[in-house]
Amino acid sequence: MDSTLALIALLDGVSYASLLFLVAVGLTLIFGVLGVLNVAHGSFYAIGAYMAVTLGRWLVANDWNPWLTFPALLIAAIATGVVLGGLMERFLLRRIYTKDPVLQLLITFAVFMILENMQRMVWGVQPYFMSTPLQLLGNISVLGINYTAYQVVFLPIMALLTLLGLRLFLRHTLAGARITAVTQDREAATAMGIDARAVYFTTFMIGACLAAMGGALAAPTTSVVPGMGAQMIVLSFAVAAAAGLGNIEGALVTALLIGIARSFAIYLFPEVEILVPYLIMVLVLLWRPMGLFGMPEARKI
Amino acid sequence: MKRLLVIALVVVLALLPVLSAGNVTFATTVYAKMLAVLGIFLLLQAGQVSFGHGMYFAAGAYTAAYMGQAMGGADILLLLLAVIAISGLSGLIVGLFVSRYRYIFFAMLNLAFSMAVFALLEKLFHLTGGTDGLRVPRPTLLGESFSRAQFDIVIYYFSFIMVVLGSLGIWLYLRSPLGQALKAVKVNETRLEYIGLSANRTILIAYVFSAVLAGIGGLAFGLQQGLAVPELTFWTRSGEFVFIAVLGGVGNVIGVFAGTVVFQAVRFVAAALLDDAWQLILGIVLIGIILVVPAGLIGLPARLMELGRAIRKRRFLAGREQE
Repeated sequence: MDSTLALIALLDGVSYASLLFLVAVGLTLIFGVLGVLNVAHGSFYAIGAYMAVTLGRWLVANDWNPWLTFPALLIAAIATGVVLGGLMERFLLRRIYTKDPVLQLLITFAVFMILENMQRMVWGVQPYFMSTPLQLLGNISVLGINYTAYQVVFLPIMALLTLLGLRLFLRHTLAGARITAVTQDREAATAMGIDARAVYFTTFMIGACLAAMGGALAAPTTSVVPGMGAQMIVLSFAVAAAAGLGNIEGALVTALLIGIARSFAIYLFPEVEILVPYLIMVLVLLWRPMGLFGMPEARKI
Repeated sequence: MKRLLVIALVVVLALLPVLSAGNVTFATTVYAKMLAVLGIFLLLQAGQVSFGHGMYFAAGAYTAAYMGQAMGGADILLLLLAVIAISGLSGLIVGLFVSRYRYIFFAMLNLAFSMAVFALLEKLFHLTGGTDGLRVPRPTLLGESFSRAQFDIVIYYFSFIMVVLGSLGIWLYLRSPLGQALKAVKVNETRLEYIGLSANRTILIAYVFSAVLAGIGGLAFGLQQGLAVPELTFWTRSGEFVFIAVLGGVGNVIGVFAGTVVFQAVRFVAAALLDDAWQLILGIVLIGIILVVPAGLIGLPARLMELGRAIRKRRFLAGREQE
């Protein structure tokens, strides 16, 4: 493998990791606050992508300014996250916070099945493309290699903005302080007059929006097909678990690790490329069962 | 009384090919899936679910395909031994890793393993036939070879006997100290450790058992369908097993049987009427069961009685208020 190929693999990896991070950070945020692992997260990702493609293609077909496809990506993501996430928290999750973790997992799995089916009913099984944003930003030369600016500049910037935004929001705003307080100790926070239910509701919607955002931003770079949700939930779980569930900054590190390792594997060992993320997760968990940045939990008797 | 009912059920099912030949294929599918569900049921006793047992199901079917093709139609009993060995061994290897985790991690790590197996089966198509899968040659039994119609009966009895043995095995297992320890993992793991038993080891043993059961189920399924495809280890398949176990209820083995029959029957009808919405219906029913009848089908009579009592009580109280 020469240095040009290595650089291409690196750029591939960074762009892929940016998307992976967006989805995984939503998953990890929801888990950190609600204690629920949302399997339907993969569906939010897929539906976000479908919505973005549909909206973008409609804009292009009706002769709107093609630059409008950028806000369209964001609007599609936020609409998907707010509507689906909001409905799911309000009508389902709210009833099960006190139940067995296995039952919580099963409920989100059931929602996943329902959403996958609905998505197939609405969009069918044919692949969709919408590369307008990719073409608009054109190519950029990185150390002599031409690469699409959308993937090597725009996506990483969006991922970094998300990370910084989340940090600022959680540490320097009142709403963020409420979320942190409920995460630390729900009872004490409630006693202080914080409405934990509202905090759960908002957090779940934010997490869902992040997943949909990952899907919407991924849409211009690939074809949108059925099954992408199932793959993404496992991958983003691998990222979140390797970082330590609930750990936001760690998710960026493991997303980069898994994203870059995977893209190198595509060039070096294409047949087993698919195994790399799982392999990394298994190795990390064998070494540190709570994840790279996770804290061991105290035993409860 | 309960025991008599079970014996009557077993006798009726043993005579099924004579009583109702048309339902033999349907029943064989039920048995094959039920074997995998029994495995999930065992893990549920410890409060754990696996979203990845499809991989052992696939292991059973692919073993039959490889051995059958290599030997030109192997003996069923030989296949059975091979499947027990392979699914047991792979269950042990994966189990050594996943038995260190509980709940979410346990479920999702199993899912990750099965997705990896699925991807490999699809991708290494010169070895596995890719998405089309591999043909499973019709096997022999003790040197005897069969026509298609005869083989339907043979595979019926094979899977029936496996289900009976599997259910008996689980029944005995849960009564043994090992089984009690397994249930204790769900109730209070720390106390179990204080008694001096390793919770991880307890889960590991149950996990290997459950992998073997799923493997035998996959063997029966592959032999009956004559095909081993990657779809056997897709997440929807593993989800189906968990779904059936929860549908039937975690209380006892009869629930597993009831759950599988109801599931397969509903699926059969629904697939004919509205194939597109199958998963949708499954999801809604699953949510309904968890929210309304957490004990599953087996708890349905008790739950209905409870609801009836509550309604009568409310009526009674309302009547008194009017007076």
